[in-house]
Amino acid sequence: MARIGFAYMGTVPIVVKMLLEDLGHAVIVPEVPTAKTLSLGTKYAPEFACMPLKIVLGTYIEVLERGADTIVTTGGVGPCRAGQYAQIQEAILRELGYDFEMIVLEPPRCNILDFLGKIRRLNAARKSWLGVYRDIMKAWHKLKALDEVERLSHWVRPRELRRGTTTSVYRRCLEWLDRARTIEEIDAARERALSALRRVPIDESRDPLKVGIVGEIYVVVEPTANHNIEENLGHMGVQVERSIFMTGWTKENTVRDAEGMSHGEMIKRVASPYLPEMIGGHGQDSIGNTILYAKRGFDGVIQLAPFSCIPEIVARSILPRVSEDYDIPVLTFFLDEHSGEAGMITRLEAFVDLLERRRGARRGSLKAV
Amino acid sequence: MRKRVGIPLALGAYEYLPLWQTFFEELGAEVLVSQATTKEILDRGIEDTVSDACVPIKVFQGHVAELADKVDFLFIPRLVNVIDNKVFCPKFLGLPEMVKFTMSGLPQIIDVRVDLRQGRLRFLQQCHRISRLFTDKVGTFLRAMRRSLQQLRRFRRLLAQGLTFWEARRRLGRRQTRFTHRRSAEEAADHQLRIAVLGYPYAVYDPYINANLLKKVRRQEATVLTADMLSWRRLLPYSGGLRKDMFWTFSDRALRAGYYYLAKGLVDGVIHVTAFGCGPDSMVDKLLDLASLQHSTPYMTLMIDEHTGDAGVMTRVEAFCDMVRRRKEAG
Ligand code: SF4
Ligand code: SF4
Repeated sequence: MARIGFAYMGTVPIVVKMLLEDLGHAVIVPEVPTAKTLSLGTKYAPEFACMPLKIVLGTYIEVLERGADTIVTTGGVGPCRAGQYAQIQEAILRELGYDFEMIVLEPPRCNILDFLGKIRRLNAARKSWLGVYRDIMKAWHKLKALDEVERLSHWVRPRELRRGTTTSVYRRCLEWLDRARTIEEIDAARERALSALRRVPIDESRDPLKVGIVGEIYVVVEPTANHNIEENLGHMGVQVERSIFMTGWTKENTVRDAEGMSHGEMIKRVASPYLPEMIGGHGQDSIGNTILYAKRGFDGVIQLAPFSCIPEIVARSILPRVSEDYDIPVLTFFLDEHSGEAGMITRLEAFVDLLERRRGARRGSLKAV
Repeated sequence: MRKRVGIPLALGAYEYLPLWQTFFEELGAEVLVSQATTKEILDRGIEDTVSDACVPIKVFQGHVAELADKVDFLFIPRLVNVIDNKVFCPKFLGLPEMVKFTMSGLPQIIDVRVDLRQGRLRFLQQCHRISRLFTDKVGTFLRAMRRSLQQLRRFRRLLAQGLTFWEARRRLGRRQTRFTHRRSAEEAADHQLRIAVLGYPYAVYDPYINANLLKKVRRQEATVLTADMLSWRRLLPYSGGLRKDMFWTFSDRALRAGYYYLAKGLVDGVIHVTAFGCGPDSMVDKLLDLASLQHSTPYMTLMIDEHTGDAGVMTRVEAFCDMVRRRKEAG
């Protein structure tokens, strides 16, 4: 039995924890990354490493300090750096004198045997393959439930009557889902969470601004990295829609799924006049999703990217033209360890102002007609 | 009138200029290669590029601006894959678009997609499509292909003899290229220091952005060894025990070259030239640093940016070479 630690990202830890425990491990659940986590990572990571690498490195140090002897992470394939994170992080951690084992899960379609071998190594409880498969499907089920609940929170928050209600209800929802251990319990927890969110008192008449969020996966999904942008926008009365959800992302990257593919293909199709090449990371998606948001009548788009993130810089170069052609304002944040929440809020407020004025103008001219 | 093709002397051109230039010349085009980077070029590039981009991209856009109103076509290929399963940095993959959508008033862009994974035939077809912009004769096209590849091979042979990009280019310009045998690394005189200067060709060979680094190192009575002086075949076995190679062509090569020189004991010191804001480099830098440490070889990172100053680089190179020399003499 190993004491396993792993990286933090959005709601994923809740799921990974359950899966590893089911497989018979003690789990050192990572804490929510804090400024301290980031500064730990920043201290030991190369200066120009992207911020996700730094936060994750900081998290590893924290879990190793708390007694983890194994780290599990996913690989990924180029052409972007994420696939190389593990290797660099391992080298740095060894240099710091930590003794541990690192298990890097590559997407199964790269090397199915390697993937299965690692799963077997992780299977401390010596379950049958069927048992392991069931555990994985259960984890997937939970991840989907988490995504669904989070989506709903994005809808409720900008309409809430008392600021902060949604966030505190949502926190409780996460606890319920965390505690659910069987499919039945997960379903029950999901129902409970959804109805709790639906009971948050809202102003039905409100028609909030709609903003889509595109960008690099880690900073889009992990609130610590993006200064709680979704919550902040929600409190400004903006309904956000995130282009990346864990279930959406993992789906396309592990198994081919008819529905998932078609959305992915759609993104590629609309993006291709601006960027015909898959450049890795989420560069092409950022462009494609911006266009799709525009077509769906969103008021604006926000691009989130770690400082020096290559694919997003490419996207950033092209987005102004997209924004012009599709008449949709785009605001970009390059985030690093120096960017602060206050600065972001100021820029967000200005952006929201702009969107409101645009909407007012558009409606005004409609009335005039 | 002959059609004019502009080739920005930046990024991939430091690797393929002889090939590209010969190709278009053989097709009957007049080729205009931008001059070496200057302050003006960089400044223009900075104006047009998103501020978060790395310096080499800014330099590239500067060269594009320099050529834009002087030519009928701009050659901005999309380099995707040339070797193994390695791809180029995402900025290379999106280069034509980065240029197209941030700059205005550009001539037609020739943006062939170079991806050898799709097979040579496909590549040949694409080159043929380009050639039709200049000539309908298949014979001319095939000759252009042959000659340009020949020229690239000659260029590479010159590099392998220890010449820099600029020296090799000058030598190629002469009608008869003599392959005089220059000292290779193995034979460098004992009193000479041997310094590996690693990094992307467009950072190592652009004398403006690196403040004439190569000259400065040589002035310290040192032989400069770069990654381009080693053929891919030689580098192949030197992966440094990485579980997973670098995905990016140039990063991978810089790293392997480092492992090669260090493992063979061919260098007394390693200088890594890295560009401000370059993502991939942070990985390479860390790994090279660790490898040098393992071989107890002095290591220095030189980060170049818009403001790289002559004096600063001079001081650092001197100090580094002094240190390397003292260590060498001590034992
Ligand atoms: S997509 Fe961006 S953040 Fe992710 S690895 Fe690549 S450069 Fe880093
Ligand atoms: S490899 Fe680095 S320096 Fe070169 S284009 Fe990419 S980010 Fe810029």
